[in-house]
Amino acid sequence: MDNALWAFGRMSGVVSLVLFSVTVILGILNRSGRPLFAIPRFSVTLLHRNVSLLATVFLVFHIVALMLDSYAKLNVIDVFVPFLGGFKPFWQGLGTVAFDLVLAVVATGLLRHRLGQRSFRAIHWLSYAMWPIALGHAVGNGTDGTSKWFLVLAAGSLAAVGAAAAWRLSANFLETAKARQGGLS
Amino acid sequence: MTEILHIDWTRCDGRGLCTELLPTVLVRDDWGYPLALHATNGDRSNPAVSPGNVEAAREAVHLCPKLALSLAPQQAKSRQ
Repeated sequence: MDNALWAFGRMSGVVSLVLFSVTVILGILNRSGRPLFAIPRFSVTLLHRNVSLLATVFLVFHIVALMLDSYAKLNVIDVFVPFLGGFKPFWQGLGTVAFDLVLAVVATGLLRHRLGQRSFRAIHWLSYAMWPIALGHAVGNGTDGTSKWFLVLAAGSLAAVGAAAAWRLSANFLETAKARQGGLS
Repeated sequence: MTEILHIDWTRCDGRGLCTELLPTVLVRDDWGYPLALHATNGDRSNPAVSPGNVEAAREAVHLCPKLALSLAPQQAKSRQ
Protein backbone atom coordinates (compact mmCIF):
# COMPACT_ATOMS: atom_id res chain seq x y z
CA MET A 1 0.00 0.00 0.00
CA ASP A 2 2.78 2.36 0.96
CA ASN A 3 4.71 1.65 -2.24
CA ALA A 4 1.53 2.24 -4.22
CA LEU A 5 0.91 5.61 -2.53
CA TRP A 6 4.50 6.66 -3.14
CA ALA A 7 4.39 5.66 -6.81
CA PHE A 8 0.95 7.24 -7.28
CA GLY A 9 2.02 10.41 -5.50
CA ARG A 10 4.97 10.82 -7.84
CA MET A 11 3.23 9.94 -11.08
CA SER A 12 0.15 12.08 -10.36
CA GLY A 13 2.53 15.02 -9.97
CA VAL A 14 3.99 14.33 -13.42
CA VAL A 15 0.52 13.93 -14.96
CA SER A 16 -0.59 17.18 -13.32
CA LEU A 17 2.44 19.04 -14.69
CA VAL A 18 1.82 17.77 -18.23
CA LEU A 19 -1.86 18.74 -18.01
CA PHE A 20 -0.94 22.21 -16.72
CA SER A 21 1.44 22.63 -19.68
CA VAL A 22 -1.42 21.76 -22.03
CA THR A 23 -3.68 24.14 -20.09
CA VAL A 24 -1.28 27.08 -20.47
CA ILE A 25 -0.89 26.42 -24.20
CA LEU A 26 -4.67 26.13 -24.65
CA GLY A 27 -5.13 29.33 -22.65
CA ILE A 28 -2.73 31.19 -24.95
CA LEU A 29 -4.44 29.76 -28.04
CA ASN A 30 -7.79 30.76 -26.54
CA ARG A 31 -6.57 34.31 -26.02
CA SER A 32 -5.55 34.55 -29.68
CA GLY A 33 -9.19 34.06 -30.66
CA ARG A 34 -8.29 31.35 -33.17
CA PRO A 35 -9.99 27.98 -33.58
CA LEU A 36 -7.80 24.84 -33.36
CA PHE A 37 -8.11 23.06 -36.71
CA ALA A 38 -11.73 21.82 -36.70
CA ILE A 39 -12.29 22.69 -33.02
CA PRO A 40 -14.29 25.92 -32.77
CA ARG A 41 -13.34 28.79 -30.47
CA PHE A 42 -15.94 28.07 -27.79
CA SER A 43 -14.69 24.47 -27.63
CA VAL A 44 -11.11 25.65 -27.18
CA THR A 45 -12.38 27.73 -24.23
CA LEU A 46 -14.14 24.70 -22.75
CA LEU A 47 -11.08 22.50 -23.35
CA HIS A 48 -8.89 25.06 -21.59
CA ARG A 49 -11.25 25.07 -18.60
CA ASN A 50 -11.74 21.30 -18.43
CA VAL A 51 -8.07 20.36 -18.87
CA SER A 52 -7.18 22.88 -16.15
CA LEU A 53 -9.71 21.32 -13.78
CA LEU A 54 -8.39 17.84 -14.59
CA ALA A 55 -4.84 19.06 -13.90
CA THR A 56 -6.08 20.44 -10.55
CA VAL A 57 -7.67 17.08 -9.67
CA PHE A 58 -4.36 15.32 -10.34
CA LEU A 59 -2.59 17.98 -8.29
CA VAL A 60 -4.91 17.18 -5.37
CA PHE A 61 -4.23 13.43 -5.86
CA HIS A 62 -0.49 14.22 -5.83
CA ILE A 63 -0.77 16.13 -2.55
CA VAL A 64 -3.16 13.74 -0.77
CA ALA A 65 -1.11 10.66 -1.73
CA LEU A 66 2.04 12.23 -0.31
CA MET A 67 0.19 13.28 2.85
CA LEU A 68 -0.90 9.66 3.42
CA ASP A 69 2.47 8.20 2.47
CA SER A 70 4.50 7.16 5.52
CA TYR A 71 7.77 8.24 3.90
CA ALA A 72 6.83 11.69 2.55
CA LYS A 73 4.50 12.51 5.51
CA LEU A 74 3.45 15.82 4.02
CA ASN A 75 1.48 17.79 6.63
CA VAL A 76 -1.36 20.27 6.21
CA ILE A 77 0.84 23.29 6.96
CA ASP A 78 3.33 22.31 4.24
CA VAL A 79 0.47 22.03 1.76
CA PHE A 80 -0.46 25.70 2.18
CA VAL A 81 2.57 27.46 3.71
CA PRO A 82 5.74 27.28 1.61
CA PHE A 83 9.39 26.69 2.61
CA LEU A 84 8.78 25.00 5.99
CA GLY A 85 9.13 21.38 4.84
CA GLY A 86 11.60 18.92 6.37
CA PHE A 87 12.95 17.57 3.06
CA LYS A 88 14.37 20.03 0.48
CA PRO A 89 12.28 22.90 1.92
CA PHE A 90 13.02 25.27 -0.97
CA TRP A 91 12.04 22.89 -3.77
CA GLN A 92 9.03 21.57 -1.85
CA GLY A 93 8.08 25.17 -1.09
CA LEU A 94 7.96 25.93 -4.82
CA GLY A 95 5.31 23.22 -5.10
CA THR A 96 3.37 24.82 -2.26
CA VAL A 97 3.57 28.25 -3.91
CA ALA A 98 2.38 26.74 -7.20
CA PHE A 99 -0.53 25.01 -5.42
CA ASP A 100 -1.57 28.26 -3.71
CA LEU A 101 -1.47 30.04 -7.08
CA VAL A 102 -3.53 27.25 -8.67
CA LEU A 103 -6.15 27.62 -5.92
CA ALA A 104 -6.36 31.38 -6.54
CA VAL A 105 -6.56 31.00 -10.34
CA VAL A 106 -9.16 28.21 -10.22
CA ALA A 107 -11.36 29.94 -7.62
CA THR A 108 -11.36 33.25 -9.50
CA GLY A 109 -11.88 31.41 -12.79
CA LEU A 110 -15.00 29.70 -11.50
CA LEU A 111 -16.28 32.99 -10.02
CA ARG A 112 -15.42 35.09 -13.10
CA HIS A 113 -18.98 36.31 -13.64
CA ARG A 114 -19.29 37.46 -10.02
CA LEU A 115 -15.84 39.03 -9.72
CA GLY A 116 -15.84 40.93 -12.97
CA GLN A 117 -13.30 40.94 -15.76
CA ARG A 118 -10.66 43.14 -14.13
CA SER A 119 -10.10 41.08 -10.96
CA PHE A 120 -10.40 37.82 -12.85
CA ARG A 121 -7.77 38.89 -15.35
CA ALA A 122 -5.32 40.19 -12.74
CA ILE A 123 -5.40 36.90 -10.85
CA HIS A 124 -5.46 34.78 -14.01
CA TRP A 125 -2.12 36.28 -15.07
CA LEU A 126 -0.57 34.46 -12.08
CA SER A 127 -0.78 31.32 -14.25
CA TYR A 128 2.31 32.54 -16.07
CA ALA A 129 4.18 32.51 -12.73
CA MET A 130 2.60 29.27 -11.56
CA TRP A 131 3.76 27.13 -14.45
CA PRO A 132 7.54 27.72 -14.24
CA ILE A 133 7.38 27.49 -10.43
CA ALA A 134 5.66 24.10 -10.74
CA LEU A 135 8.27 22.97 -13.26
CA GLY A 136 11.05 24.04 -10.89
CA HIS A 137 9.40 22.08 -8.07
CA ALA A 138 9.18 18.98 -10.27
CA VAL A 139 12.84 19.07 -11.31
CA GLY A 140 14.21 20.09 -7.92
CA ASN A 141 12.03 18.00 -5.61
CA GLY A 142 10.96 15.04 -7.71
CA THR A 143 12.59 11.66 -7.10
CA ASP A 144 12.69 11.35 -10.89
CA GLY A 145 13.24 15.10 -11.28
CA THR A 146 16.75 14.78 -12.68
CA SER A 147 16.39 11.40 -14.36
CA LYS A 148 16.84 11.41 -18.10
CA TRP A 149 13.23 10.69 -19.13
CA PHE A 150 11.92 13.45 -16.90
CA LEU A 151 14.45 16.02 -18.07
CA VAL A 152 13.48 15.23 -21.67
CA LEU A 153 9.81 15.70 -20.73
CA ALA A 154 10.59 18.93 -18.88
CA ALA A 155 12.65 20.32 -21.77
CA GLY A 156 9.90 19.43 -24.23
CA SER A 157 7.27 21.13 -22.07
CA LEU A 158 9.47 24.19 -21.63
CA ALA A 159 10.00 24.43 -25.39
CA ALA A 160 6.25 24.08 -26.10
CA VAL A 161 5.10 26.57 -23.46
CA GLY A 162 7.99 28.90 -24.32
CA ALA A 163 7.02 28.85 -28.00
CA ALA A 164 3.39 29.59 -27.10
CA ALA A 165 4.50 32.49 -24.86
CA ALA A 166 6.73 33.89 -27.63
CA TRP A 167 3.81 33.66 -30.07
CA ARG A 168 1.63 35.45 -27.47
CA LEU A 169 4.05 38.40 -27.58
CA SER A 170 4.32 38.53 -31.37
CA ALA A 171 2.59 41.23 -33.42
CA ASN A 172 0.27 38.92 -35.37
CA PHE A 173 -0.88 36.99 -32.30
CA LEU A 174 -4.55 37.98 -32.50
CA GLU A 175 -6.70 36.37 -35.17
CA THR A 176 -7.87 39.87 -36.07
CA ALA A 177 -4.41 41.46 -35.79
CA LYS A 178 -3.89 41.96 -39.53
CA ALA A 179 -7.35 43.47 -40.10
CA ARG A 180 -6.99 45.82 -37.13
CA GLN A 181 -3.47 46.95 -38.03
CA GLY A 182 -4.71 48.46 -41.27
CA GLY A 183 -4.84 52.23 -40.77
CA LEU A 184 -7.72 54.48 -41.79
CA SER A 185 -7.51 55.13 -45.49
CA MET B 1 -39.81 33.35 -25.03
CA THR B 2 -37.86 35.68 -27.27
CA GLU B 3 -35.01 37.42 -25.45
CA ILE B 4 -32.72 40.32 -26.29
CA LEU B 5 -28.96 39.80 -26.46
CA HIS B 6 -27.13 42.98 -25.52
CA ILE B 7 -23.57 43.57 -26.74
CA ASP B 8 -21.59 45.91 -24.49
CA TRP B 9 -19.24 47.69 -26.93
CA THR B 10 -17.04 49.01 -24.12
CA ARG B 11 -16.09 45.41 -23.39
CA CYS B 12 -16.36 43.52 -26.67
CA ASP B 13 -13.06 42.57 -28.31
CA GLY B 14 -14.45 40.55 -31.20
CA ARG B 15 -13.06 37.17 -30.17
CA GLY B 16 -15.74 35.40 -32.19
CA LEU B 17 -17.20 32.87 -29.75
CA CYS B 18 -20.70 34.36 -29.87
CA THR B 19 -20.78 34.44 -33.67
CA GLU B 20 -19.87 30.74 -33.69
CA LEU B 21 -22.58 29.84 -31.19
CA LEU B 22 -25.27 32.02 -32.79
CA PRO B 23 -24.69 31.81 -36.55
CA THR B 24 -28.34 32.68 -37.30
CA VAL B 25 -28.32 35.72 -35.00
CA LEU B 26 -24.87 37.30 -35.36
CA VAL B 27 -22.31 37.88 -38.10
CA ARG B 28 -18.71 39.05 -37.77
CA ASP B 29 -17.61 42.30 -39.35
CA ASP B 30 -14.23 42.70 -41.07
CA TRP B 31 -12.51 43.36 -37.72
CA GLY B 32 -14.02 40.33 -35.98
CA TYR B 33 -16.74 42.15 -34.02
CA PRO B 34 -20.24 40.69 -33.84
CA LEU B 35 -23.23 42.41 -35.44
CA ALA B 36 -26.88 41.39 -35.52
CA LEU B 37 -27.63 39.59 -38.77
CA HIS B 38 -30.99 41.38 -38.95
CA ALA B 39 -31.22 44.91 -37.60
CA THR B 40 -34.21 45.67 -35.35
CA ASN B 41 -35.32 49.27 -36.02
CA GLY B 42 -31.82 50.00 -37.32
CA ASP B 43 -30.20 48.61 -34.15
CA ARG B 44 -27.57 45.93 -34.75
CA SER B 45 -26.26 45.77 -31.15
CA ASN B 46 -29.33 44.24 -29.49
CA PRO B 47 -30.49 41.28 -31.58
CA ALA B 48 -33.66 39.41 -30.69
CA VAL B 49 -32.97 35.76 -29.84
CA SER B 50 -35.75 33.33 -30.70
CA PRO B 51 -36.66 30.62 -28.15
CA GLY B 52 -34.75 28.00 -30.15
CA ASN B 53 -31.53 30.02 -29.84
CA VAL B 54 -31.86 31.07 -26.20
CA GLU B 55 -29.85 28.10 -24.90
CA ALA B 56 -26.96 28.90 -27.29
CA ALA B 57 -27.21 32.57 -26.32
CA ARG B 58 -26.89 31.65 -22.62
CA GLU B 59 -23.76 29.65 -23.49
CA ALA B 60 -22.39 32.68 -25.35
CA VAL B 61 -23.07 34.95 -22.36
CA HIS B 62 -21.37 32.42 -20.08
CA LEU B 63 -18.32 31.82 -22.30
CA CYS B 64 -17.70 35.35 -23.62
CA PRO B 65 -14.03 35.94 -22.71
CA LYS B 66 -14.68 39.65 -22.11
CA LEU B 67 -18.03 39.34 -20.25
CA ALA B 68 -19.46 41.62 -22.92
CA LEU B 69 -22.82 39.90 -23.41
CA SER B 70 -26.05 39.91 -21.44
CA LEU B 71 -29.43 38.40 -22.09
CA ALA B 72 -32.72 39.89 -20.96
CA PRO B 73 -36.41 39.20 -21.65
CA GLN B 74 -37.85 41.33 -24.43
CA GLN B 75 -39.56 44.51 -23.18
CA ALA B 76 -43.35 44.50 -23.52
CA LYS B 77 -43.39 47.74 -25.52
CA SER B 78 -41.13 46.39 -28.24
CA ARG B 79 -43.12 43.19 -28.68
CA GLN B 80 -44.77 42.98 -32.06
